[in-house]
Order: sequence, then structure tokens, then C-alpha cells
Amino acid sequence: MGCSCCRLVFSLLLAAALACRAAALWPWPQYIRTSHRRYTLYPNIFQFRYHAGSAAQAGCAVLDEAFQRYRKLLFGSGSWPRPSFPGKRFVLGKEMLVVSVATAECDEYPTLESAENYNLTINDDKCLLLSDTVWGALRGLETFSQLVWKSAEGTFFVNKTRIRDFPRFPHRGLLLDTSRHYLPLSSILDTLDVMAYNKFNVFHWHLVDDPSFPYESFTYPQLSRKGSYNPATHVYTAQDVKEIIEYARLRGIRVLAEFDTPGHTLSWGPGVPGLLTPCYSGSQPSGTFGPVNPSLNSTYEFMSTFFLEISAVFPDFYLHLGGDEVDFTCWRSNPGIQDFMKKKGFNDFKELESFYIHTLLDIVSAYDKGYVVWQEVFDNKVKVRPDTVIQVWRETVPVDYMKEMEKITQAGFRALLSAPWYLNHITYGPDWNDMYKVEPLAFDGTPEQEALVIGGEACMWGEYVDSTNLVPRLWPRAGAVAERLWSSNLTNNLGFAYERLSHFRCELLRRGVQAQPINVGYCEQEFEQT
Amino acid sequence: MERRWSGARGPGLLLLLAGALLAQTPGTAAEPEPALWPLPLSVRMSPRLLRLAASDFSIVHGPSSTADPSCSLLEEAFRRYYDYIFGFHTRHHGFAKFQAGPQLQQLQVSITLESQCDSFPSLSSDESCLETFSQLVYEDSYGTVTINESNIVDSPRFAHRGILIDTSRHYLPLKHILKTLDAMAFNKFNVLHWHIVDDQSFPYQSVTFPQLSNKGSYSLSHVYTPNDVRKVIEHARLRGIRVMPEFDTPGHTLSWGKGQKGLLTPCYNQINKAQSMGPINPIVNTTYTFLTTFFKEISHVFPDQFIHLGGDEVDFSCWASNPNIQTYMEKRGFGEDFRKLEAMYIKRLLGIIASLNKSSIVWQEVFDDGVQLRPGTVVEVWKYNGYLQELTKVTRSGLLAILSAPWYLDWISYGQDWRKYYVVDPLKFSGSEQQKQFVIGGEACLWGEYVDATNLTPRLWPRASAVGERLWSPQNVTDINDAYNRLVIHRCRMVRRGIAAQPLFTGHCNYENKI
Repeated sequence: MGCSCCRLVFSLLLAAALACRAAALWPWPQYIRTSHRRYTLYPNIFQFRYHAGSAAQAGCAVLDEAFQRYRKLLFGSGSWPRPSFPGKRFVLGKEMLVVSVATAECDEYPTLESAENYNLTINDDKCLLLSDTVWGALRGLETFSQLVWKSAEGTFFVNKTRIRDFPRFPHRGLLLDTSRHYLPLSSILDTLDVMAYNKFNVFHWHLVDDPSFPYESFTYPQLSRKGSYNPATHVYTAQDVKEIIEYARLRGIRVLAEFDTPGHTLSWGPGVPGLLTPCYSGSQPSGTFGPVNPSLNSTYEFMSTFFLEISAVFPDFYLHLGGDEVDFTCWRSNPGIQDFMKKKGFNDFKELESFYIHTLLDIVSAYDKGYVVWQEVFDNKVKVRPDTVIQVWRETVPVDYMKEMEKITQAGFRALLSAPWYLNHITYGPDWNDMYKVEPLAFDGTPEQEALVIGGEACMWGEYVDSTNLVPRLWPRAGAVAERLWSSNLTNNLGFAYERLSHFRCELLRRGVQAQPINVGYCEQEFEQT
Repeated sequence: MERRWSGARGPGLLLLLAGALLAQTPGTAAEPEPALWPLPLSVRMSPRLLRLAASDFSIVHGPSSTADPSCSLLEEAFRRYYDYIFGFHTRHHGFAKFQAGPQLQQLQVSITLESQCDSFPSLSSDESCLETFSQLVYEDSYGTVTINESNIVDSPRFAHRGILIDTSRHYLPLKHILKTLDAMAFNKFNVLHWHIVDDQSFPYQSVTFPQLSNKGSYSLSHVYTPNDVRKVIEHARLRGIRVMPEFDTPGHTLSWGKGQKGLLTPCYNQINKAQSMGPINPIVNTTYTFLTTFFKEISHVFPDQFIHLGGDEVDFSCWASNPNIQTYMEKRGFGEDFRKLEAMYIKRLLGIIASLNKSSIVWQEVFDDGVQLRPGTVVEVWKYNGYLQELTKVTRSGLLAILSAPWYLDWISYGQDWRKYYVVDPLKFSGSEQQKQFVIGGEACLWGEYVDATNLTPRLWPRASAVGERLWSPQNVTDINDAYNRLVIHRCRMVRRGIAAQPLFTGHCNYENKI
């Protein structure tokens, strides 16, 4: 072992981070071995190439486009002078990264079940990326791009490296809220790029909510015409949605659309008269509206048609149906609802909520969709299908979020964690530390229970966030969550993470991402307003 | 000296609008309304609407004005504000059909004092009214550029309304500083407090001591050249903004040490000389020779009357560890009281600044530690705990005060923290009328530990706007709901003018931030 291997064992992690370029990876791979032996990359000749035995070959959109993207990320878009090697090649160089995948899913969408594992081998003989799927190859390409570094003289190098990598959790999501504030299409697309840099694979799109309804529905065009901030400028057209889904697909990212009901629906009201519950003060309607009216057949007819459209527009198997924070006061005030409760023999508004959700879930499952709901649906004991995914978002109420994880998995449901990862909550200083230290499986449970935790999501709610501050607030803070969900539970040394994250945020700046600093210091390339 | 400050609250400016009035039915009050920020001293707005057409509107010098087209400062401003009023509209609508109705064709600007077109703004300068005019103009729902017939009398409550930026913890590219000056003008801030160097880096390129930035900056591209500094000063001047540099000593100077050997105090550990360095070494003559030469340059480069000398958070442990300093303390009879050593240093530094005919501003510790300050020295109060008592004490001793304690914008939290900044009243401390006159203003400080060009603008605006109004508008402007409504519109206006000001709360702007 006299060689200059960067043996990245724990006690040496910090030293390694300083000594070895490869140690700047984010998120950290499951297994890595790297050395100081390095190979030169020549931007003018370097290329990505399909292995002859690869199931995917030229023409595979996912990889073809990724090759182009990563070439540009590595070397910029400039043209490089032609190669001129004086005689024999006197330095160790790499002319290509050979990519081989076992199955070609080039025209498909990534799913919860998609394998994302890959092996990357860079040594004297090989520069090879192996993976089961194109999605795994995307992850490997990202890792490769982070391995390449530039010397002070401007030469590109990659070190001798062996990586065997796979995600710890299959669902690694980021939530954006386009209802509190409208986010321009470009903001969403840019976010998808940075998600890919962080190996996130689910874009949870909280499309609509009380304040606005920017989703342009073709079955119910009045929804956005009446419910958006501005139907000409503050909407997502069918074309926008398609573009987002395809852009995400090419980066191995699923789009999980959320249409939250029965609460959080005020903006639906103007476009669909009769959908919301009229609130009463005394015996008179007060003029205000509450949640979706669960006592009318017309409500379910609407939902049935509306979700038929949504099921067709969003290819992902899962839809997010919300179900959080239903305020019962308006239902309670409405005489029609009171009658309905009596007729059904409901004593508790939770039963009414349960009735609504249950009916809605039946509608959606009839379209061959699975669904994710917020934890209240579980807390309020709504009968749901056993394959429902429950998302935990409340930190302490009704119980500590870890206890909630335990209860949900105990009941046999799959769980997603986001309670400790509300990125919209900001405080002074390096708050990514706390998000990083979260251990999603730190609850009392059997291995079977732990297996039911499919991942988590970083959430950027939009009350105080729009395109003016989205990017610096997201990055690199969301990166902390990304690593927690991708890397091994043993990758938890804060000092080591700090070194790599500082480096990674400068790399993000280099890639044009307005990622904010995590401490004092500088990047070679600072953010420049255009 | 003192009359200068009270004089700043003098007659103010009169903005009177009268158009080519035609006997037409005045437009019914459209939903959009102008939102003034900060709120002027007095506003009388009639419901009578005047329309403005880009092709038929100009800003000109009034016949009685002492300024004329040779005044580049105003000419530049006329052009800028014409653009703010129309530039963004025409881009969206092309040539909108002009509706019938009374039309405003000309804004006459009259300056009554002697023309100061080529000089720099000072603590006693009057303020420009063009920003207010541009804020009165709004687009009605048909896209017509409209203004109400109005009569506004305005003058600032405080003469010193500053924004502190910190270019040492993180380097801010020049463009971002210029952009910040633009936004400051939209909020009637008039002082850029440029905390240019600190422990972490020394980006100021000194002509006399080029090694300071050669060795002390983050990299050779993370520097402000003399030309950069000139650009900042001129960009600020054209907007009526003073540039007040801060060169903080004797603490916060680690980055100075790299380029100026022997300036800092070597710290000792028990056994031998350690690698580490402490504050500036106050016991050697070379220190003062250096400071004299250095500040001579600074006093030439920065035209403002004031230089901020810092003086905060001096760590005594390094001084205490150094045997030479121990000996010196004994010789001078300072005992163990390092504040006396600090006082001696500051006193000599103040003397140097005075000899350069400049005035000094210092952080409150200098006052707290009992350094004798000349009258006219400004003390900046930054410690949050007991800041009102501190104001009482500072003004009681006849010194001028600037408040920034409640306005540390780098301290972020969830939600609408601008409200916290807005409800502060700088004169709420107990003290005589005369004492209150000694408070010349305040500053919103955006320290740079976690701030660089990526997040500067949304973190600063519109949160600093709350401070802007507090320092400009009369004391009785405290209706926070009204402030919210105006600020929401004002932030959208900033966004439209290219400032990525973050949202106050859920909602939208007609013209969202362009990425």
C-alpha cells in the first residue's frame, strides 16, 4: 500500500478531502477508491461513446442528450484547437468514456422502481461506465463530471478511480410550489438541471393551492382562466407541462403532480361554481368558501373528469392528492353538509373528510394510478389502499416526526419524510447542518418497517419565494437532503460534508447556478449578473 | 458644526404637477394606484388623472432653475427616469393608442440652491424628487401611463440613510455594487457604507501599498482597482449617494497582515511564538507611519467627508500574550487594562484623520471603552442589547449617532421580518430635544458571512426598504398595513426596474423577475 491511494476510511476523510480531488463528489458515492494517478482529458477529442455491447446505442435520446450536456459542462461550449500530438503520446490520456447499459429504456419514463446503480472504472486500461439502466448511466455521468478537474495551467484531469454506487432511497424529491408564487418555466427547468447535479429524482410539483390555479386544464379551462393570477402570463400551458415532463425525463427525474384537495382549493372555486362549500354565518351564506363540498355528487363527477385528464397528462404512476390541513369550520357552518352528515350517520368531520378522500382515491385508482397523500390522511384514519404512500411533514404534532414514521410503517404503509427538510424555513447561519444530520430511519422499527421508507423530499413552499430568491434559497441547502437520501447512512461526517459542499457550491456557480455561500470565502468563478 | 445637521431638515422640495388641462371627464378611479415609498412629508393627490405619452413627454429644467442642461447629474437623471417611466411599458405594448383626456407633457425641475452638479453629495445635501415623480406614475388597466394631479412637499427626516455592504467576507463583483446603488436610489438611501476590507480578505487595491491586495485579497481577480472605486463613487454621485469607506482597525485586520509585514501583533503561546496574528500592533511607530500614509491615500480616493474607522470587537488576548506589549503596558502604566491601549491607538488614529481634514465614524465600542472623541465624531450603534440606552449615552456626551443595531439584515428568519425593522423608532430613547438632534440617521447592514452576489439582492430588497422609509418619512408614518400595501407595489416596481427584490408574501407582480 505504498502507493498514493486516497484510502477514504473515516478517520482520514478530512485529510482525504484536502488531498484528493476526487473527494469533492456530491453526493458521496457508496463505494469509492481513488488514487493520485491521473489521466489527461483533451477537450478537443474527448467523447462519450456507447459500448458495442450496450443495449442502448446512438439514437437513445436520454443518453445522446446527456453526452452533449456533460461535454458542455466539462469543457464549456467553446471550440478547442485540433489535436496535435508530437509523435507518441507521452502522457496518460483518456479519449473517451465508454458507456454500457444492460437495458434500453430510452423512450420510457423513470419510475419509483427504476434501478439507478452504476459502476465507474477509470484505470490504465479502461474508462468505463456500466449500469443496468439509462437512469443509472445518468447518475454515473454526473459523478464522472464531478471527478474531472482542471489544473492551474488549464489541463483537464481525471484520477484513477473505481466507484460502485447506488442510491440509499429510491424516492429523492424536491417540492416546488407554483401557487403561492408563479414560477416562470425557465425557473423550473433550471431547477431540474440542478436536481440532476444533486441526483434528485422526483420533482414534486405542488401546482395549485388557495392563492392561484396556474395549471391550464383543457377539460376545465375556466379553472386557470378564473383562478390564476393572470390567465395570459401566470399559467402553465399544456405545452409547458409537456416540456417540463420531457426535460425531467431526460435527466432521470419523475414529475409527481400534486392537486391538493379537499382543503387548499380556494383558487378552484371561481372556475367551477358549486365545487367549494359555501360557508354560512348563521342561516345565511357568508359569501366566503371553504374546502371542496363533499356532500354533492357533482363534486365527484367533476373530480372524476378532472383527474382523468391529470392521469393522462402526467405519465408518472403516482399522483399526489394532498389531503392536508382541512379546516372543518366551514363544513360545520353549512346546513347542507349538516344534513348530509346526519344522513350518512357521521358524528365527526374526520369521517366526512375520510368519506371524501376515500371516494377520491377510488376514482384515481380506477385510472391505474398510485397515490401519495400528506400525513393527515393517515392521522385521521381514512381508509386507504395498502399501497398508498404517506408523506410526513409535521415536525412535532400530533407526534414527533420520527414517531410518525414509526406508526405509518407499523401500519404497513410506505412513508416519505419531509418534516425536517422545509427549505422555506430559513435561519441565520449554516442551517444545512441540521438537515444533513437527519437520519430517516432513526425510529424504532423492524427491518421490514425500514424498508417501507422509500425516501424523502426537500420542500420549498412558496409563501415567501418566487423567481427572485428561489435559486439561492434552494442551493446548496437542498444538497444536504440530496446526500442524505442518496449516500450511505455512514456518510455523516459534518466536516467532510462541509469541505465537499463548499467545493460543490463553487462547481454549481461554475455551471451558472446562483447557489449561495455556506460560509465566508470565495469561488474562482463568482456569480455575475447578466 | 451642529447647524448643518438641523439644516438638512429645512424647507424641502416642492413637486407641483400641472398639465395642459382640457375640460374632459376625469377618468374614474382605476384600481391601480400609485404607491409612494418612502412616503413623502405631505401628499395631496387629486382624483384628476393626467396621462403621459412616451412620445410627448419630457423632463426639463424649469425657467427659474439655477441648473441648466450643462448639469450632467440632472441630465443623466432625466434620461434614467424617463426610461423607468416608459421604457418597460413600451417594450410590452409598443405604441399604445393614446386615449383622450388631460395630458401631462412636461415635468419641470427647478433647483433653487446654487448648482452642485459637479460636486459630491454631503450630509447637508438636499434630495432629488425625480424618484417620487416616477413613483407617482402608474399604468392603469388599459396600459395607459397615468399620474394623478398631485402636490407633494418632501424632505427627509434623517440626513444619513445608509446601506452597509461587506466586500471582505465575500467579494461582490462591481456590477452588483452598482445595481445596489440603483436600488438604493429607488428607496432614497443616500449613503453607501462600504465595509471594504476585514479579516477574510483585502480587495481594495491601494496605490501606495499594492501588496495589501496582492497578498490579502482572495485572488488577483477578487480586487477593486482604483478605476472600480471611481466608478462606484461616480455611479453613486449621479444618484445623490455618498460613498463612505470603512477601513476597520485595529481588530478585523488579519488580511492586512499578509501584505504589510510587521503591522499586526504576533500572538504568543506559552512556549514560543505562535504562527497566529492578532490586531494591529499599537506600540510600534511604524504602525502610525503606515496608517498616516495609507489614510492619506484613502482621503484622496474617497471624496466623502467621513471615513469609517471601525474600532469594533478588538480581541485583547493576543495583545495580552505578547511580551513586548506587556512591557509597553507596564511602562505606560496601563496595568492590565487593554482598553487603555486600544484608546491610545484610536486616539492617535483619530488625530491622523483630523489632520487630513476628514471626519471620523466609529463603531460604538470606541465610545464604550472610553476613548476621548472630538465633537463631530459619529458613533455607530450596532449592539442590539440596550441600543436605546446607548443612544442616550452617546448623544448625552454631545456626539453624533447613527443607529444600525435593529437593522442587521444578514440575520434572516422565516416570514415578514421587514415589519420588525419598520416599527423601530430611532428617537424612542430618553433624552432632550437637543440629544435627538444628534441622531443623524441609521443604516441597514448586510454583513457578508453568508451573503455574496448570488443572494445579495433578494436578501437586501425589499427588507431594507422598511429601513429606508423609517429614515426618510415623518415620525408619524407608522401604519403598517398601509406600509404593506405600498411596499408590495414598490417591490414589484423594483422587480420591473431589474432589481430581484424578493416577495413580501404570497401574490404576484404583473412583470415578474426576468431570469
